[in-house]
Amino acid sequence: MQSAEILSPESQNSHSSQNVNSRERWLSVVIGSAVAAYGLSRRSIAGITAAGIGAGLVWRGASGYCAVYDALGLTSVPESNHDTSNVSVPYGRGVRVEQTVTIGLPPEEIYTFFRNFENLPRFMSHLQSVTVLDAKRSHWVTKGPAGSDAEWDAEIINEIPNELIGWRSIDDSQVDNAGSVHFKQNPAGRGTDVKVILRYDPPGGVLGAMTAKLFGEDPAHQVKEDLRALKMLLETGEIASTKGQPNGLPHRAKLRERLAEVVR
Amino acid sequence: MKAVCWFGKTDVRVENVPDPTIINPHDAIVRVTLTAICGSDLHLYDGYIPTMMKGDILGHEFMGEIVEVGAEVKNLKVGDRVIVPFPICCGRCWFCKNDQWSLCDNTNPNAWMVEAMYGFGGAALYGYSHMYGGYAGGQAEYVRVPFADINPVKIPDGLPDEKVLFLTDIFPTGYFAAENCDIKPGDVVAVWGCGPVGLFAMKSAWMLGASRVIAIDRVPERMRLAREACNAEVVDFEEVDDVYDVLKEMTGGRGPDCCIDAVGMEAHGHTADALYDRVKQVMRIEFDRAHALRQALHCCRKGGTVSIPGVYGGFIDKIPFGAAFGKGLTLKMGQAHVQKYVRALLARIERDEIDPSFLITHRVRLDDAPAMYRTFRDKEDDCIKVVMRP
Ligand SMILES: NC(=O)c1ccc[n+]([C@@H]2O[C@H](COP(=O)([O-])OP(=O)(O)OC[C@H]3O[C@@H](n4cnc5c(N)ncnc54)[C@H](O)[C@@H]3O)[C@@H](O)[C@H]2O)c1
Ligand SMILES: [Zn+2]
Ligand SMILES: [Zn+2]
Repeated sequence: MQSAEILSPESQNSHSSQNVNSRERWLSVVIGSAVAAYGLSRRSIAGITAAGIGAGLVWRGASGYCAVYDALGLTSVPESNHDTSNVSVPYGRGVRVEQTVTIGLPPEEIYTFFRNFENLPRFMSHLQSVTVLDAKRSHWVTKGPAGSDAEWDAEIINEIPNELIGWRSIDDSQVDNAGSVHFKQNPAGRGTDVKVILRYDPPGGVLGAMTAKLFGEDPAHQVKEDLRALKMLLETGEIASTKGQPNGLPHRAKLRERLAEVVR
Repeated sequence: MKAVCWFGKTDVRVENVPDPTIINPHDAIVRVTLTAICGSDLHLYDGYIPTMMKGDILGHEFMGEIVEVGAEVKNLKVGDRVIVPFPICCGRCWFCKNDQWSLCDNTNPNAWMVEAMYGFGGAALYGYSHMYGGYAGGQAEYVRVPFADINPVKIPDGLPDEKVLFLTDIFPTGYFAAENCDIKPGDVVAVWGCGPVGLFAMKSAWMLGASRVIAIDRVPERMRLAREACNAEVVDFEEVDDVYDVLKEMTGGRGPDCCIDAVGMEAHGHTADALYDRVKQVMRIEFDRAHALRQALHCCRKGGTVSIPGVYGGFIDKIPFGAAFGKGLTLKMGQAHVQKYVRALLARIERDEIDPSFLITHRVRLDDAPAMYRTFRDKEDDCIKVVMRP
């Protein structure tokens, strides 16, 4: 199954060449400079991280090469020689995410919880709902970035009880995607490694995903946080949160905060 | 309700804020009857811990009365008197089950922030920055306590608040620091810092079988307490030429077997390395001033242990790692696993083996917090420990 995730050899060897198209290169320089300036103007960890991301974007724009794209195995320079007729997410397109978490339960319990897809919105913050249609098919509705909702039907394409579940979106879905989750028991009571691999073609193309990333919608981060939430939910019965707790911000500042959220 | 809020470097204010509510099923709400300012709070006060936000409610040493419990809290009821350990722990993850409570996996909603900085993150803490979870703290009239089925410890009637409050942090922290030394018969334990953590480390070192305890500080009132209440031999680091020479002489040329750094990232010093740290910290190139840590590493005997309860947040330069390696030292450190020790230490208090209230110098109202942060930070007015009643 790994081989399906790997790109064609040409694009793999593209370290010195370009994998970012010209419109994106231009945008990268503009956004990157802004982010770097913003980041450097703040002395916090987030600021330093932002400055780093910003600098990376400028380099990406200037050079036409993006290490992030390369690491994910994708490119926004059009390629013509791929046969894309029969897969949810054609090779070399979309976003690929792989994240693992250890959960202190036997694989059976985690598998059973996960296999009931209607449980997924309990820990996946961007999922609105999943409705199980029959043994193989389900209907997924998301809360997309910046309020852009999406929905699709998915079918299970591969399944080994207590070991793995693989699924993909069916035909003309708004967000073409495919995913799998793998459960591997560790020795000596060290729980179960739960690995999720996702590939998807986000609305707005690859740049859409990059832009979303800048606004805190980084898909790898998202999957990682969702897995963290799954671990918390299964190990403790709740997901750690401080939402709604008091603080001493004056009323006006709070209002400004809420306004900023609405505008976003 | 009233709460002590952080607004920036050396700017804390008592504000009126909404009361806390139950958010998760294992929560409880505690009406605070007594709370304290910790040396760790001073690192926030002085602006050395990143990811604080204006309006954050401070405080991680607090106790009180249960006024509300969530649906899943079966072992506590309204009216119970409890102390609440400062690390917020789930009690169910691998780390909690292995008694490494302060490394809990499941309580920090912002774990990714610590991960970005440290690789992996541990338990959330009350009132201790967003990277440590962003939970509202207990220098307030009420506080929300997550995993109340696991963390709070019931206090029997008859034990006054002042005797048990420090079970939340500094007593177990001092004990943890001493236990980390793996004290053997005949061992000499040297403790840098005669603040609350250092004083409890000294008391604990005796409990764990030390044959001598040496204390290092410069503040007269604190050194007096180390000598009189903790039976320590005291070295004033500002009065001697070189702490190393003095310690070496005191230990027959061997060096202390165990060295405890109960000072942390805001150490004072008058040698070149201390000045160098000071400049870098002011310029925000380095977060931490590690003078005491360097000295402990340098002074420790061959094969000895350096235990570090003092808090460090970021990067430190000029650590004599060659000395640590060359002498085959063992280093132990971290946020204290309070939940591991708290019941046994409560039993010691009940048996009258120790009265932790010996170091309280200031008893004030919550409204006095802004002034008291300054007094405690500047070690003015012989201040050693401040407790506040809401
Ligand atoms: N690990 C934990 O779980 C934990 C828990 C609580 C506190 N702490 C940390 O422990 C440290 C001490 O806490 P505290 O409440 O006792 O603080 P404190 O500020 O009251 O005490 C620090 C003492 O160190 C002395 N000191 C400064 N420079 C020194 C030097 N070069 N050599 C010797 N002594 C020196 C000061 O005079 C002061 O008396 C802080 O860093 C605090 O954050 C850690
Ligand atoms: Zn503390
Ligand atoms: Zn835990």
